[in-house]
Amino acid sequence: MRKESHLVEETVDPMVPRPFVVRESREETRDAFTLTLEPQEANGAPAFEPGQFNMIYVFGVGEVPVSISGDPRQPEVLVHTVRAVGGVTRALQKLGPGDIVGVRGPFGSAWPVDKAKGKDVVIVTGGIGLAPLRPAVCQILGQREKIGKFALLYGARTPKDILYREQLGQWRSNLDLQVRVTVDNATRDWYGTVGVVTILIHKARFDPANTIAMVCGPEIMMRFVVQELIKERMREQDIYISMERNMKCAVGFCGHCQYGPNFICKDGPVFRFSDVRHLFGLREI
Amino acid sequence: MKILERNNFHRLFDVLKESGFDIIGPTLQDQAIVYDHLEGVEDLPEGWTDEQAPGKYRVKKRNDKALFGYVVGPTSWKKFLYPPRQKLWSAQKAGSGFEVAAEEGVPQKMAFLGVRSCELAAIAVQDKIFCGGSFVDPHYKKRRENVFLAAVNCAEPKGTCFCVSMNTGPRALGGLDLSLTEMIEGERHYFFLRSGSAEGEKVLSRLPLKDAEGGQQKKEDALLEEARRHMGRAMDTRDIKRLLYDNPDHPQWDKAAERCLSCANCTMACPTCFCSTVEDVSDLTGEHAERWRKWDSCFSLEFSYIHGGNVRQSTKGRYRQWMTHKLASWQDQFGTSGCVGCGRCISWCPAGIDITEEVKAIRADQPARAESP
Repeated sequence: MRKESHLVEETVDPMVPRPFVVRESREETRDAFTLTLEPQEANGAPAFEPGQFNMIYVFGVGEVPVSISGDPRQPEVLVHTVRAVGGVTRALQKLGPGDIVGVRGPFGSAWPVDKAKGKDVVIVTGGIGLAPLRPAVCQILGQREKIGKFALLYGARTPKDILYREQLGQWRSNLDLQVRVTVDNATRDWYGTVGVVTILIHKARFDPANTIAMVCGPEIMMRFVVQELIKERMREQDIYISMERNMKCAVGFCGHCQYGPNFICKDGPVFRFSDVRHLFGLREI
Repeated sequence: MKILERNNFHRLFDVLKESGFDIIGPTLQDQAIVYDHLEGVEDLPEGWTDEQAPGKYRVKKRNDKALFGYVVGPTSWKKFLYPPRQKLWSAQKAGSGFEVAAEEGVPQKMAFLGVRSCELAAIAVQDKIFCGGSFVDPHYKKRRENVFLAAVNCAEPKGTCFCVSMNTGPRALGGLDLSLTEMIEGERHYFFLRSGSAEGEKVLSRLPLKDAEGGQQKKEDALLEEARRHMGRAMDTRDIKRLLYDNPDHPQWDKAAERCLSCANCTMACPTCFCSTVEDVSDLTGEHAERWRKWDSCFSLEFSYIHGGNVRQSTKGRYRQWMTHKLASWQDQFGTSGCVGCGRCISWCPAGIDITEEVKAIRADQPARAESP
């Protein structure tokens, strides 16, 4: 491989993060928080598609992949909802306005919002899985007239773990979006549905033959949701899931996120279920 | 085809050095033939060979003074193109934030002397990984563009070689600057040389060469044909992607896992394995931070860690991932097999697990499949 030109120096290093300023850090639940970031440099935040993710770096601590959870119609800021579960995410939790983080991205595939035109949409999420789907909800609501029936089914562990409570209320009051929420464990002040998210599926109104489903949550939850959707006579090629694996580089070099032949970082994280069905049931893939 | 006499071989070192190359090649260290910086011909393992078998590697004396009378050892060229530990960037606190400086050192020009055909194939595989996709790794690319490849044709394959099965040897063909074939005929010791690029041609033009006579080509052909017929191992690669994709639950994975120590030796020795991790470090003042990239292996438990647990907890899961990736999913990812038949994973496996035998065992025990419609 000879040097074809003098362009070597101009090869962009995809491993180098860009500085972003924390504008706001907002507590969502006891362990989840939402960061609003603005680029420190003048050249703006990169456009993203619903379902994509960024690598976020805390100085001297490390880097984690986090899905983008903001509204794609407001691309001037980056919004990330994060659950504090490890060293880097706990360090992120401690940041406040004015602090700087490094950002690489956006990376990965997107929810098929365009394919949903003229169809019904059912979104089924569990826990923090609502975060990567919020951009899709926003985008669909921005072109609501192009979509048929629209259902958002959401399962949280307890009422206290419900993300975006206020916004869920607003969406519900739109009257053109069926919002159904269930919790695994109720407290005394909960008057809603109790049970796993799959029990909401048969309550939602959509035409299984003409629907796009977008599913995100723990793998075990997605397994049962997909089963239930198929039981409702949805076709496998109309179901989309978002997968998670360990990730170090986000650009297909580190090998950690392999899922069969797929690199979750560039072929995913959003997959058409029919494309990964053969892997989905396998253990330790 | 040209001829370089053994007593002029040092001239190749001189010319490469005068052209500004740091010469890397085989040398004897710690009872193994490894790739390292070479000063001159005297650093080559003259008169040495190796013996290889599953879980076994030994060097021993030859009864001639061949310079390249062995095959591949525990190191591979990836060590120089994709270093085991590499700084990607550093960051310095500045005001409330920090400034990131990409690592932009221009690497020294390197000449790889003694690259085997399987290794040329391995370099081509890594070129696809790091430079052939939507993202390019500038660190690999910069090094790669400054490398001169002087290949050596393999005349004496060893016990764990199977390049013929993987269609990568024993003759070094494409993607090289220079190729050599070592010839020893009684007292006469010389090399056939060919150039494979303009750069190679330039080097050749500065060497004291003779033209090869008619008939000498036949000698080389015969030597390499003999090598082709003496592969230590063979792998039936017919439809191998389907074979492995169809057998994620084959009992052979359990058998391999009973022997596999999950030690990662195979992945470190493999010339195509590319997995890495990153290490973010900071100094004691907390003012300076760096990101380093280090070789990693799918055989480690933490490789597959995500919140909630490790995806591949069992050795079976990890061995299956490695072998299925190497021989099957690699093809979907990069349009080529990840295995070049060099045999390193077999020789350097402390348990002597043999990838060719594993494939054979899975293939031998297939339920009769209905013809696909």
